[in-house]
Amino acid sequence: MRDARGDVKRPIGLRLWLSGGWLTLLVLSAVFAPLIAPKDPLMQDLFLGRMPPFWMEGSEPGYFLGTDSLGRDVLSRMLYGARLALIVALVAGTITCVIGATLGLIAGYYRGWPDRIISRFVDIWMAFPPVLFAILLIAVLGPGLMSIIIAIVVIDWTRFARVVRAEAMSQGAMDYVASAQVAGRTRFGTMLTEILPNVLPTIVALLTLEMGIAVIVEAILSFVNLSISTDSPTWGGMISEGRTSVHQAWWVLVFPLITLFLTVLSFSQLGEGLKDRFDPVLR
Amino acid sequence: MTFFRNILIRLLTTAVTLFGVAVIVFVVIRVVPGNPIAMMLPPGATEADIARLQAQYGFDKSIFQQFVIWLGGVLQGDFGTSISTRQPVAGLVLSRLPATLELSIVALVMAVIMGGTMALLGTRYRDTKTEGAVDVTAGMALSIPDFLWGLVLILLFGVLWPVFHISGRISPALNIDFTTNFYLFEALVRLRFDVLADLISHMFMPALALAIPLAAIIAQLLKQSLKETMHLDYVTLARTKGYGENHVITREALPNAILPTLTLVGVQFTFLIGGTVIIERLFSYEGLGNMAIDAVINRDLPLIQGIVILFALLFTLVNLVVDMLYVVLNPRLRHA
Repeated sequence: MRDARGDVKRPIGLRLWLSGGWLTLLVLSAVFAPLIAPKDPLMQDLFLGRMPPFWMEGSEPGYFLGTDSLGRDVLSRMLYGARLALIVALVAGTITCVIGATLGLIAGYYRGWPDRIISRFVDIWMAFPPVLFAILLIAVLGPGLMSIIIAIVVIDWTRFARVVRAEAMSQGAMDYVASAQVAGRTRFGTMLTEILPNVLPTIVALLTLEMGIAVIVEAILSFVNLSISTDSPTWGGMISEGRTSVHQAWWVLVFPLITLFLTVLSFSQLGEGLKDRFDPVLR
Repeated sequence: MTFFRNILIRLLTTAVTLFGVAVIVFVVIRVVPGNPIAMMLPPGATEADIARLQAQYGFDKSIFQQFVIWLGGVLQGDFGTSISTRQPVAGLVLSRLPATLELSIVALVMAVIMGGTMALLGTRYRDTKTEGAVDVTAGMALSIPDFLWGLVLILLFGVLWPVFHISGRISPALNIDFTTNFYLFEALVRLRFDVLADLISHMFMPALALAIPLAAIIAQLLKQSLKETMHLDYVTLARTKGYGENHVITREALPNAILPTLTLVGVQFTFLIGGTVIIERLFSYEGLGNMAIDAVINRDLPLIQGIVILFALLFTLVNLVVDMLYVVLNPRLRHA
């Protein structure tokens, strides 16, 4: 069947390809960072501080995107920074998704007291400024990869819980769920086999969105110097340094910023594209 | 009377939420490993000195006892004493609140103007390239959070084309003796337009960074509900009466289409206020959020508590106001 909807779908395909392409490139650079990075990302050379990128006058051969104030290679640090960003995106995103979606599914389908308890917690969480909450948690847990992941899960599970709860609630009121019950399915079985598959497109879209958010949260935490040690290459750390020296060396800020921008955009566009692709109604 | 009963119920749930926030902050920050008291004293301090100061701040008691004492104080308006500045928390926090409020409200106004314009343009020129442009712009603007927009703006208007200030709230030379901390409001009332221009030049970028994602949400949602309203019978009736398209959209469709957007803007406005924390840091804007980050870095427990509670209070108040506005603006609920 080709109707107007078919025309709407075409740009979605392009969107999916572009964002998927960028993320694949990112994964490859992260995995092969030691092979493709031209320099050691930690190597300092104070004689080569704030060298501009290759097309500008006064650039140093071998340092394609210039150097920061300590003479470290911007390109190499960005490639290694992709590792941390992607680990945080995948691990924190997935854990947040599993915990938040499970709670949302239970609250939305079972209703009653589980819903009341979970919703009360969601309300309390919504009254926290998320960035401040994350910073507070890192201060408590101490800097490090584990702390960042825990902080993201703790502050963002409500995003899944809220949306999945509402979806599960509207699905639960539909006739097909009632007929599954009549056919003798247990409530738990109905939740897994009937409700979950119908809520899944939303969950997938939220998951990719969350991965983008996780990358941002990591960058924000690095920006306030609370992420990993200040020495290891992170995009947020580079942005933080670039922000202070933006008038002397704009490239230290611009390149990580563009990378972060495209990555976050790709994650969210991928989510939107996948949602349309998996939506049983649109398919 | 259901209106007042609903408000009473809302106030009660608000109190429960705030209590929950207080408990969580209290417990979380007391698990902090570093001893804030030890950091306050010079290196040569004896154990007895530390113990004495700990007793002074009540840190020698159990978490439960500390909470009861703190809560008792809060109910009387006493939020304790800041460890790093040794001043009352309530005064410190209230002195910074106006800066954050002004920033948030300016950002909200910018978001409503930008988002509203986009929605109206998209509706007026629906099914044309203009609507497509609105959709793409809003989609992009929405995917990127305020922190990144802030950095992009710093590059654009701070470095490439340096027209705005990238840090601070006011140029020191123009800091007239303000009697309130609502600088923007006061400059306006005192007709000091030079000061006003300076304040706006400082506030423009942080406010815009906060406004862009919200403007995108408003544009998307308002356009969608406007387009739905345009198919309703009463709009067709207005059209057959001979009103022009612009009149039909702004006078007939808009009042009805605005309600669903309003509820969402309420929730999103709390997200915007939450975003001020990092945006204020990014632009060295001296508001509550910047103070909060310093408080966390200095492990100033009473100050952190005070700020988080104030944010939570602000969020719940915004939601309450939006709910009441909804009743006032919705013709169907007005006489219920």
